[in-house]
Amino acid sequence: MRTTAPLLDRTRTIFKIRSSDLIFLVIFAVLFLVSSLVLETFFTSRNLLNISRQIVTNGLISIGMLIVILTGGIDLSVGCTVALCGIMATGLQRVMPTPLAILVALGVGLVIGFANGFFIARFKLQPFIVTLATMGVVRGVTYVFSETPQSPVDPLFRSLLGGGFIGAVPIAPLIMIGFYFLAWFFLNRTIPGRTIGAIGGNVEAVRLAGISVKGHLILAYMLCGFFASVGGIILASRLGIAQPSVGAGFELDAIAAVVIGGGVMSGGSGGAIGTFCGVLALGFIDNLLNQFNVQSYYQQIVKGLIILAAVISRRKK
Amino acid sequence: MNADAFLRMEGINKKYGGTIALKDVSLSAELGEVHALVGENGAGKSTLMNILSGAVVPDSGSISLGHAVVTMRSPHDANALGIRAVHQEFSLVPQLSIAENILMGKLPTHGKRRLVIDWPRAYERARGLLAELGFAGLDERTRVFRLSVSQQQVVEIAKALAEKPSVLILDEPSAVLSKDELSLLFALIRRLRAEKTLILYISHRLEEVFEIADSITVLRDGEVVDTVRRDSIDQNDLIRMMVGRSFEEIYPRRRMSIGDEVLSVHGLTREGEFSDIEFSLHRGEVLGVFGLVGSGRTAMARSIFGAEPPTSGSIGVDGRSLKMRTPRDAVSAGISLVTEDRKRDGLVMTGTICDNVSLASFPRMSRGIFLNRKLQEKLVQGKVRELALRPQKIGAYVRTLSGGNQQKVILAKWLLCNTKVLLLDEPTRGVDIGAKVEIYHLINALVEAGVGVLFISSEMIEVLGMSDRILVMREGRLVGNVGREEASEERLLQLAAGVARAASAADVTPGVIATEGKA
Repeated sequence: MRTTAPLLDRTRTIFKIRSSDLIFLVIFAVLFLVSSLVLETFFTSRNLLNISRQIVTNGLISIGMLIVILTGGIDLSVGCTVALCGIMATGLQRVMPTPLAILVALGVGLVIGFANGFFIARFKLQPFIVTLATMGVVRGVTYVFSETPQSPVDPLFRSLLGGGFIGAVPIAPLIMIGFYFLAWFFLNRTIPGRTIGAIGGNVEAVRLAGISVKGHLILAYMLCGFFASVGGIILASRLGIAQPSVGAGFELDAIAAVVIGGGVMSGGSGGAIGTFCGVLALGFIDNLLNQFNVQSYYQQIVKGLIILAAVISRRKK
Repeated sequence: MNADAFLRMEGINKKYGGTIALKDVSLSAELGEVHALVGENGAGKSTLMNILSGAVVPDSGSISLGHAVVTMRSPHDANALGIRAVHQEFSLVPQLSIAENILMGKLPTHGKRRLVIDWPRAYERARGLLAELGFAGLDERTRVFRLSVSQQQVVEIAKALAEKPSVLILDEPSAVLSKDELSLLFALIRRLRAEKTLILYISHRLEEVFEIADSITVLRDGEVVDTVRRDSIDQNDLIRMMVGRSFEEIYPRRRMSIGDEVLSVHGLTREGEFSDIEFSLHRGEVLGVFGLVGSGRTAMARSIFGAEPPTSGSIGVDGRSLKMRTPRDAVSAGISLVTEDRKRDGLVMTGTICDNVSLASFPRMSRGIFLNRKLQEKLVQGKVRELALRPQKIGAYVRTLSGGNQQKVILAKWLLCNTKVLLLDEPTRGVDIGAKVEIYHLINALVEAGVGVLFISSEMIEVLGMSDRILVMREGRLVGNVGREEASEERLLQLAAGVARAASAADVTPGVIATEGKA
């Protein structure tokens, strides 16, 4: 034991894996193996491709949610941001070139994030309440805006973002993975990224180190709005149509992914790699349950239980 | 050790991680006695009383009450045995009324089903209790958050006494009380003593101990030094027992080279906290600040740092007047603050040594927003080595470190950003004696390198050992500015507690700095 322990320690610190995470990895490996043996359709490239496309939107929202949760906050408005930005990106194609419409939609995401961050940081309000309020406002705006007749979307927009390939690789998942690399870099290698993590760990210590807390909080929520917006645009392009009702409950999936991936709601803990694993885990569970023809009601029950198990296994002893 | 005593605690041991909080502690006390516990911060007084009140479970040892051995796993068990504690941290619910707080868990109800609260009876009972304790001036319907800290203390005591306990533990009850309230409290304690209650009284203020206690137990580094009768001892003996080491062993000498003024504070006031603070601090000087809890010393340091900006007054660094509104301004002017509660507002507990040490120096270790990790590691590793931090691994999480090493992480953070003025608020709280001495050495090295240090402590002996000059605060005002040679325990305590008011009224007029003559 004595000789192996340091080696085990070292590999653990390199990959930053805790024993509770290890258990999860093992469970998923087993699940993966069993389902690929039992289900002929599971381990086909078609199904895997499907999964990779289905997780894109949640994957993108979860990056933003992770950043916000790292500060000790929460953003309930991401689902509505998905809807509004999707509607914007498709609806505006009627009056302006598609790239411009996409830029406007991204801008809208940033504005929503700024509003959230501003009210939370400037007036020291609770993130839950502020984003609950913006959630209502944004959903309303989405319905108002969607009353203008929708025209068919630019076919290029649809084929490229939602369904396009580079070689054999679908574009949308590629974008998501790219953003995960950026998020990892941001959170680990940049000053604002490190600061955001520290704010969730102890906001007072950060303030007393002479760092502007307000600015960093606003940045975190803006990034969250931005990622929700990207998620919404890609979703609209995959579906080929944007509906104002889309995105309801997306915030919960994103929170679940962050928490399964090691995030803690009080802030300070969690990372891009963990969150990515959380997104994958949720995606696989959804897919498996579909393949086994489990009704969607039961799917929700199973997902809920998995989140509980993840949190219990990580609680401080 | 009295084998017939009512309360007997025997062979109590308690460890927290690797730190020994209590080592084979025994204590006995009688009903109808006021038994004081004294000792330095971290001597184990509060841990011992937490064990007696069921809040902490000891590793070993036994407790007996009236010849019956008892086991307590929670405060609830202790309450059932008639033991009640009033802690330094209040256990009141601010949004509820005084009556609800006092009667929490035992509000009178209508009828048999015990569902509907009988408010008239609740208020009547609370009013009766307050009147009985001599605090009839409080309206039992007032919500607790509207009360002053000392009034809250009164409510806390009333709550403890609501069920007529046989053992009452008071942990620093006088820390937040005014003189008048204190005499009311003492009258109450005397009455309870006459009614055969055992009162265990923890206090820093030795005069108080001599005024109210029948016997005194001295704790040091988790062990009982002795239990003595009040009339068989004087204050100097007591202090010697509390410290137990020669002065020179703990407080290393340093090269004295006091330079130019580095920090000047004029007329600094923060409404409701402190007023008219004036002093100057020089390079290479340790300026001690002594005062009891609530004297405004912490608030003053936080204001100088901009954590809670002052309402008026001015602060100058190196002769330049600064408009400091935020900690950011203070940090860029070269001021740093080590706060009194490192877990609350000093450390990012979810982070590593590296994260924490870098926190105030990000601009130094980055290009634009990009962290230069090589440089970061080099800078942090340098400080970690310089301060002999254990472990030396900069990737270790701070929550796994001992109190002394956590404190070194905070010091390393400020050393890394080239501080000129270091404000230390209780820098050795909750740190064992070995780490304390290391921190003293560190402070000395900084001072020799030309940093000016403001050293705040409620530990009188520590202030005396470290300071070149000592400011004394009481009730938000500076009441003394005493040179090293003239300073003595007696002098400081007199000034801080205000007992010497009559004797030296001329030189301790509140609000004016009195430079003490030879005592």
